[in-house]
Amino acid sequence: MSEAKTLYDKLWDSHIVDQQDDGTCLIYIDRHLVHEVTSPQAFEGMRNDGRSVRRPELTLAVADHNVPTTDRSIRIEDDESRIQIEALEKNCADFGLELYSMNDIRQGICHVVGPEQGFTLPGTTLVCGDSHTATHGAFGSMSFGIGTSEVEHVLATQTLLLTKCRNMRVTVNGALPAGVTAKDLILAVIGKIGTAGGTGAAIEFCGEAFTSLSMEGRMTVCNMTIEGGARVGLIAPDETTFEFLKGRPKSPKAGAWEAAVEFWKTLKTDDGAVFEEEVVMEASDIKPQVTWGTSPEDVTTIDGNVPNPADEPDENRRNKMERSLEYMGLDAGMAMKDIKINTTFIGSCTNSRLEDMRAAAEVAKGRKVADGVQALVVPGSGLIKEQAEQEGLDKIFIEAGFEWREAGCSMCLAMNADKLKPGERAASTSNRNFEGRQGPGGRTHLVSPAMAAAAAIAGHLTDVNDLD
Amino acid sequence: MEKFDKLTSVAAPLPLINVDTDMIIPARFLKTIKRTGLGSDLFSTLRFNEDGSDREDFVLNKPAYKDAEILVAGDNFGCGSSREHAPWALMDYGIKCVIAPSFADIFFNNSSKNGMLLIKLPQEQVDKLMQDADQGANSTFTVDLEAQEITGPDGEVIKFEVDAFKKHCLLNGLDDIGLTMQKDQKINDYEERQKAAQPW
Ligand code: SF4
Repeated sequence: MSEAKTLYDKLWDSHIVDQQDDGTCLIYIDRHLVHEVTSPQAFEGMRNDGRSVRRPELTLAVADHNVPTTDRSIRIEDDESRIQIEALEKNCADFGLELYSMNDIRQGICHVVGPEQGFTLPGTTLVCGDSHTATHGAFGSMSFGIGTSEVEHVLATQTLLLTKCRNMRVTVNGALPAGVTAKDLILAVIGKIGTAGGTGAAIEFCGEAFTSLSMEGRMTVCNMTIEGGARVGLIAPDETTFEFLKGRPKSPKAGAWEAAVEFWKTLKTDDGAVFEEEVVMEASDIKPQVTWGTSPEDVTTIDGNVPNPADEPDENRRNKMERSLEYMGLDAGMAMKDIKINTTFIGSCTNSRLEDMRAAAEVAKGRKVADGVQALVVPGSGLIKEQAEQEGLDKIFIEAGFEWREAGCSMCLAMNADKLKPGERAASTSNRNFEGRQGPGGRTHLVSPAMAAAAAIAGHLTDVNDLD
Repeated sequence: MEKFDKLTSVAAPLPLINVDTDMIIPARFLKTIKRTGLGSDLFSTLRFNEDGSDREDFVLNKPAYKDAEILVAGDNFGCGSSREHAPWALMDYGIKCVIAPSFADIFFNNSSKNGMLLIKLPQEQVDKLMQDADQGANSTFTVDLEAQEITGPDGEVIKFEVDAFKKHCLLNGLDDIGLTMQKDQKINDYEERQKAAQPW
């Protein structure tokens, strides 16, 4: 039998604490991120059972989903949002956990904050009560979203009971064409495999299209692994990864750093390792992507058209398509570029990093947001906001008519004050276009940061290259 | 955790694919800090009109299905978010078992940790059960976890697979944390080994 292992096999094997007869493993968890929405019931359970946190130093907490992105000196109006944030503060104090409070410059979206602080490291297992935890796989960390019962399990035992995923590899050969971003790349992959394509799998992303991406781009890709159905998305760590992590507050310090890098270099799939499933695509075929429906797999190119349900042979899919188009208020066959929008949202754990801010600012520079369009730019953390301001990006946005906000999840999920009203339509850099995701009755088109900025300026979906 | 052994109930058909967690319970209802009380907002967008009145065309609003404890659904049920509020909302409403051709991974895990049984069956068998469930008040199913059998309204028996460990926990209502804490020594040993190998 061959000993060749995939990256995922290596991460899995090195974290087994115990194996049961049926193959279920008790897996050690090295890092745990906690936010206010999925944790209160876990802490409630801990209290009820008189349990304490096993390794408090391995958990980092931050409030992100409910925080206002406007003036933070004002009391949060919504009682329930405020109560969740206050509950997180109290729970962290009671259980001895580190928390970046709302006014700490390090506060931001948990999946942006972890890597930024060097909390996310190659070769670790990292979990969070949030499905976009897959983001951290960009560092070669086995990271995945968990439910609240599992949050409690990790707090109490620093382990989880898991069954292993199957190995799947998505290879995209060649360099991405100019103007095609990490977001387009992952949307194209989801369009190909479907939202259930990766169910039960850990996906490793290979090929030049991925390895030539910055860490920001890699995080965008791994972030949306879950939209392809897979809990885990991985990119093997390399020089780009090490460069990004060096000198971060929680990264290994000088002395330990060299040993850590030596170890991280071993974290790659061995030649001859077997993947149960392989998908191969060519980067040169990928164009800027945009979604038309209410599932991330409902995706086409910006120069494409809304598909016609009548062309869909499968009855279940046809019904879903008809329902999507009705919800989205779109007619079959219309050109994507003719779809008018009234909101633009640039932010979320998919696209709120400095590189995303720069890409959007480059489009916004010297232009004006179209009449009747509200355009939000929401950095992923206080530190990104500060850096962007040092580069003058805030001024570019404000002059162009965009609103420059404080860090948080914002309009990604309609839990805070930023939401779409019924019937409003957004070009959005977030990751989910489900019905009501950005607000009841709201309509979402997922795009890259540059395309979102372009849509704000044109007032309709458009290719960046078509702007005057 | 609640035990699950045998359940006899009307089954409600929900022939939609990719039923996502925002459909099961929209994010705006996740503001509770308790596990209970979410049932009233289950399937909120499908179930209610904008003015809050019931949508008559939604299956759980039809008198025959009001008390359904079993749901028969389409492919990829529970996709999207990791929110455990989705199984909590289903359980709080009274749904104890969902039958579908496939489920999203995180939802699948979360459900069994709350005592809900998810049954994955081949598409043809789900299609057959979907037809059975369509018979309104006559669509009574019996789900027997011990025997791993579903008995449909016509008396036909369908076998299903279930992970042995999950079955054991569901039948006995066992809490994972208590079980894991018995392995404390193994966790200590792992931590020692790891500290030696990766001191950073
Ligand atoms: S930005 Fe959106 S997807 Fe990311 S953690 Fe926040 S709510 Fe979830």
